[in-house]
Amino acid sequence: MKKETAIRLTLLGLAMSTVTALAVITTFILKEGVPVMFRQGPAQFLFGTEWRPSAEPPVFGVWAMIVGSFAVTAGALAIGFPVGLGSAIFLSEFAPRRIAGLLKPALELLAGIPSVVFGFMGMLVLLPWIRAHVGGPGASVLAGSIILGIMILPTVISISMDALRSVPRSYREGSFALGATGWQTTWRVTLPAARAGLVAAVILGMGRAVGETMAVIMVTGNTVQIPRSITQPVRTLTSNIALEMNYADGEHREALFATGVVLFAIIMILNTIANAVSRLGRRS
Amino acid sequence: MTPLIEAKGFGVSIGGAAVLRGLDLHVMPHEILSIIGPAGSGKTTFLRCINRLSDLVPDLAVSGVLTLEGRGVFAPETDLADLRRRVGMVFAVPIPLPRSIYENVVFGPRLLGIRDRSRLDAIVEKTLRAAVLWDEVKDRLGTSGTKLSGGQQQRLCLARVLALEPKVLLLDEPCSGLDPISTAKIEEALQELKPQLSVVLVTNNVKQAARSSDRTAFLLMGELVEHGRTAEMFTSPTDTRTNDYISGKFG
Repeated sequence: MKKETAIRLTLLGLAMSTVTALAVITTFILKEGVPVMFRQGPAQFLFGTEWRPSAEPPVFGVWAMIVGSFAVTAGALAIGFPVGLGSAIFLSEFAPRRIAGLLKPALELLAGIPSVVFGFMGMLVLLPWIRAHVGGPGASVLAGSIILGIMILPTVISISMDALRSVPRSYREGSFALGATGWQTTWRVTLPAARAGLVAAVILGMGRAVGETMAVIMVTGNTVQIPRSITQPVRTLTSNIALEMNYADGEHREALFATGVVLFAIIMILNTIANAVSRLGRRS
Repeated sequence: MTPLIEAKGFGVSIGGAAVLRGLDLHVMPHEILSIIGPAGSGKTTFLRCINRLSDLVPDLAVSGVLTLEGRGVFAPETDLADLRRRVGMVFAVPIPLPRSIYENVVFGPRLLGIRDRSRLDAIVEKTLRAAVLWDEVKDRLGTSGTKLSGGQQQRLCLARVLALEPKVLLLDEPCSGLDPISTAKIEEALQELKPQLSVVLVTNNVKQAARSSDRTAFLLMGELVEHGRTAEMFTSPTDTRTNDYISGKFG
């Protein structure tokens, strides 16, 4: 009995460590980041387009970075979601078992490639290609979108596949038995029934894209500006922190933590939406 | 009269294990054939071969002959969508699609490209009446099919199959989850449908077979033990195993 209690308490402690880590990180970021936001004025900080940490007095406005993060993320979804959903439909609805058995591990391997390798490939192959065939300096929203679009594929595909697979087989059989073809069944029955899970796939893919740092730094050029076309360089929220944290001190360092607060809020909102949507889907 | 469905030496194996062996059985136009037998006797497998839902089972192989209206069901030129429209199926567990009653019924006709609203309305009323459901749902055709009771859902599934005007109706233990009143309504619907089509009724309920079918076939472990007119088979079965099963000694 004693032993049971001891084991249970140990396991409880281990489980709580995750929550504790989250609490510590959250508190730390908020404590470091929030004061500078208020000194600067929250609206000025969020919607200001000037980021001049070495000016006198320094100006911190992250709007260009927010726009940059969303531009690159939207582009990543525009590329990654159709490809990912198509792959998921193929793998779960149409692929013969042997082909699915080959593709699934390949996909997991893609998820395991370090992001610096993606960035490296982007710099070597993608940037020169964009410079030559699309225009601009190469490092751009477009380059970030393409690289991130590929990087979110494993997330989008595996969550979409889970969503499609959780549609009862009986729905498909009922549809087939009414003379529907494979595609008609997918389009009219399986996809609508899996809708909630597919939305979750989009949102979690977004979360992955918003949070990615290394590959993005390497291919987006990192200029603080609101991009006027997809061939212009941008800086994202994550890049901003990673690029400047090395040498920042004082208020500048606090402003980088404040950038982290914004990022944190965006990801929290996305996760909450994803959870709410998949819970709604399960109920209906 | 020539049979509508005919199986000659028809066999099925799944992953190498025989599920049905040397089946010789036919279904005439406008008759109700019930297939009885204990679980695992191959009843459902046979049913799923007639509309080729068997294709969804991996490693399933067939042998022998199975024809519908004289054409081989497993012939390479068979158009699956067309076959499944001529052979409607109702499953053991009613599974309305997660959409309205109306949309459930017109799902098949819409696939055929019928868009004219008045024609669709007519189909909905006609088939829901045929499935003895119209009076219960006529005022709420827009509500979700999944909100109906189990018995109503099963009749909705029957209606949506009828909307395709099939030649054959395959019923896979359609009343296994239903109360006696719903069961009676389904059986009533079947009798009224007989002038239009043939019915193959797989059932675990021996009494249902006795009540509602013209002929009965008894399957056991993948083999056809006996088949004949229902009245004769239930009063004087020729095989002792049939007698044991229908009298409730096993099964």
